[in-house]
Amino acid sequence: MVKGKVVALDGAKAVAEAMRQMNPDVVAAYPITPQTEIVQTFSQFVADGKVDTEFIPVESEHAAMSACVGAAAAGGRVQTATTSAGMALMWEVLYVAASTRLPIVMHFVNRALSAPLNIHCDHSDSMGARDAGWIHLFAENAQEAYDNAIQSVRIAEACMLPVLHTQDGFIISHGVERLQILPDQAVKDFIGTYKAEHPLLDTDHPIMVGPVDLPDFYTEHKRQQVDAMEKAPQVIRRVGQEYGTLTGRTYGLVEPYKLDDAEVAIVVLGSTAGTSKVVVDALRGKGVKAGLLKLRAFRPFPAQEVAVALRDKVAVAVLDRSMSFGGQGGPVFLETCAALYNGGGRARAINYIYGLGGRDTTPDQIERAFQEILNISTPGKAPVDADQSERGRQSPG
Amino acid sequence: MPINLKEVANRQDKLGPGHRMCAGCGETIIVREILSVVEDPVVVADATGCLEVATSIFPYNAWRVPWIHNAFENASSTLAGAEAMYRSLVRQGKIPEKNTKFIAFGGDGATYDIGLQWISGCLERGHRMLYVCLNNEAYMNTGIQRSSATPLGASTTTSPAGEVIPGKPQWRKPLTAIIAAHKIPFVAQAAPHAWRDLMTKTQKALAADGPSFINVLAPCPRGWRHDSNETIQMTKLAADTCIWPLFEVESGVWKLNYKPKEKKPIIEWVKSQGRFRHLLQPANQRVVDQLQAKVDEEWEELLKLCGET
Ligand SMILES: Cc1ncc(C[n+]2csc(CCOP(=O)(O)OP(=O)(O)O)c2C)c(N)n1
Ligand code: SF4
Ligand SMILES: [Mg+2]
Repeated sequence: MVKGKVVALDGAKAVAEAMRQMNPDVVAAYPITPQTEIVQTFSQFVADGKVDTEFIPVESEHAAMSACVGAAAAGGRVQTATTSAGMALMWEVLYVAASTRLPIVMHFVNRALSAPLNIHCDHSDSMGARDAGWIHLFAENAQEAYDNAIQSVRIAEACMLPVLHTQDGFIISHGVERLQILPDQAVKDFIGTYKAEHPLLDTDHPIMVGPVDLPDFYTEHKRQQVDAMEKAPQVIRRVGQEYGTLTGRTYGLVEPYKLDDAEVAIVVLGSTAGTSKVVVDALRGKGVKAGLLKLRAFRPFPAQEVAVALRDKVAVAVLDRSMSFGGQGGPVFLETCAALYNGGGRARAINYIYGLGGRDTTPDQIERAFQEILNISTPGKAPVDADQSERGRQSPG
Repeated sequence: MPINLKEVANRQDKLGPGHRMCAGCGETIIVREILSVVEDPVVVADATGCLEVATSIFPYNAWRVPWIHNAFENASSTLAGAEAMYRSLVRQGKIPEKNTKFIAFGGDGATYDIGLQWISGCLERGHRMLYVCLNNEAYMNTGIQRSSATPLGASTTTSPAGEVIPGKPQWRKPLTAIIAAHKIPFVAQAAPHAWRDLMTKTQKALAADGPSFINVLAPCPRGWRHDSNETIQMTKLAADTCIWPLFEVESGVWKLNYKPKEKKPIIEWVKSQGRFRHLLQPANQRVVDQLQAKVDEEWEELLKLCGET
């Protein structure tokens, strides 16, 4: 294990620091709140000669992702950063990047989508791209954002899939925390060197990137993408283990917290996991068997882990920081329910949409959610607001 | 470097045969002319459009050089990414310097319309690459829709000649001048009948220390409604009527490359293609007059810019 250096950084600066240590060959990015701090901190590293990176200060996020595709196909390490409207503008090319199997790393910050314009945190931006074919990791705090940034490169290159790892806008990106950063050499050794298998720049062996597929081949190519994504969980675990050996901080796809003997549990992503842990501790102090399942990976969705972790629970509350209008719940809820159903779980699940556009989520609210699932799990007690959110609800009739 | 046609013609084509472009298509002729004078290693990016879809149908590949397609509007930024990676890796000593050239091809839709912002960004940042507009004056790949390069009066499927409206009501965007206003090292307008001119321009563009741009008129027998054996005479007529002048702007200096001995009237251009057929009706004579006035106005402007008056 190497000794890290303890520093005080916000999440955005922590990620920019990881980028400096990783020294990508090309970075193409565009400013947008609250991600701007990443691109401007990194620009300073470029200006000060602290990295070898060719930085492309593009004129839009669509151009950023377009240039990332060209640069990654050319054969080298490529990274970008964005949030919210920036990702929405990239949307078309997110699919191209994943389908072309380019190991691009996107340092992402979660922010609400317009309208109304809002610069604060929710997850609707990256959730909008959940079917674009990217590996999608969430962080609870600045330490995890830093750690995820470094692991993303290894995961992307092993899967030949792009990775977006994200942190909650402002809450993590602009909250100064105490964290450990690795020595530069340790990062360098951990990510190793990258050699693209078929670089576009190898003009002696010309290849075609981005052809047309008619119906005879399109499905086959999509199937290969599915296969790549199915192998991703192993890779994420292996890289997370190795990172643990190096730093003492081991990562998987999920993080159960006081879950083993819990009767009720909350499922959550991102910074709210931290708030929820405080509530779990408080409830445990009162003798309530409360637990938490934090999801680190949203894509690939760790269905098996979720099913096993929640199988014996009586009731779970799934927290979503984004919506699916006209759907049956937020994206985390839908995935969790499907995992429970397919895994034979009997837990009843309710969905909370919380923290939209940066609204604070307080321990009180989490406690209330626990109270509701405790009520559900007690025979004869009606859940509060259950008609709004409970799975399998009946129409008011 | 003087061009020896025999030698150039004997080089292996970088865009091979067996693709699915229409017979007589101007685009493939231009691409082959341009690539025939590129002796250094070259990476090609292609915007969505006829050339892209008809040369890259998996598992077939008509290209003998590295080729990338990303989307409709972003061939420029995609190539800029590859060019930046090249510079990065060479600078870091990770790959050898091979004097690799970078060329993007985009249709007029990709260039004049949907991709203009991306191109402008690349030019401003100074990526060392050549962007070629294959200008057939409409969205041909999707079935002949108007673009901002489509000339006044032309009938397309989204500017059809109707009972009331006689084809496209607007003139066209002065794209080559817009690109020249970016003050990049080399900008030109060219056409495939003037092959030596186009090849020389390609050489100058690739030698430039920065971005370069060539706008090439690319007849489309399908969209323009002319016979497929008339492609080359079509662009000759365009140059002779001055609706498509051949010029270049090198380090800010405008130079006319071809001045017809006798400027032909625009009606000859109109009569040569089915897309203008409706303009031959007497009621539409005013459109022909407007077209002539536009051509004259821009030609006079160009002569001035080129110091020809
Ligand atoms: C974002 C987007 N909008 C629309 C299209 C549909 N589309 C594909 S090619 C094309 C027109 C191409 O026209 P042009 O660039 O002039 O090339 P040409 O086919 O004429 O050579 C259009 C509209 C697309 N592929 N992507
Ligand atoms: S439709 Fe026109 S531009 Fe397209 S391949 Fe045919 S001739 Fe060429
Ligand atoms: Mg066109």
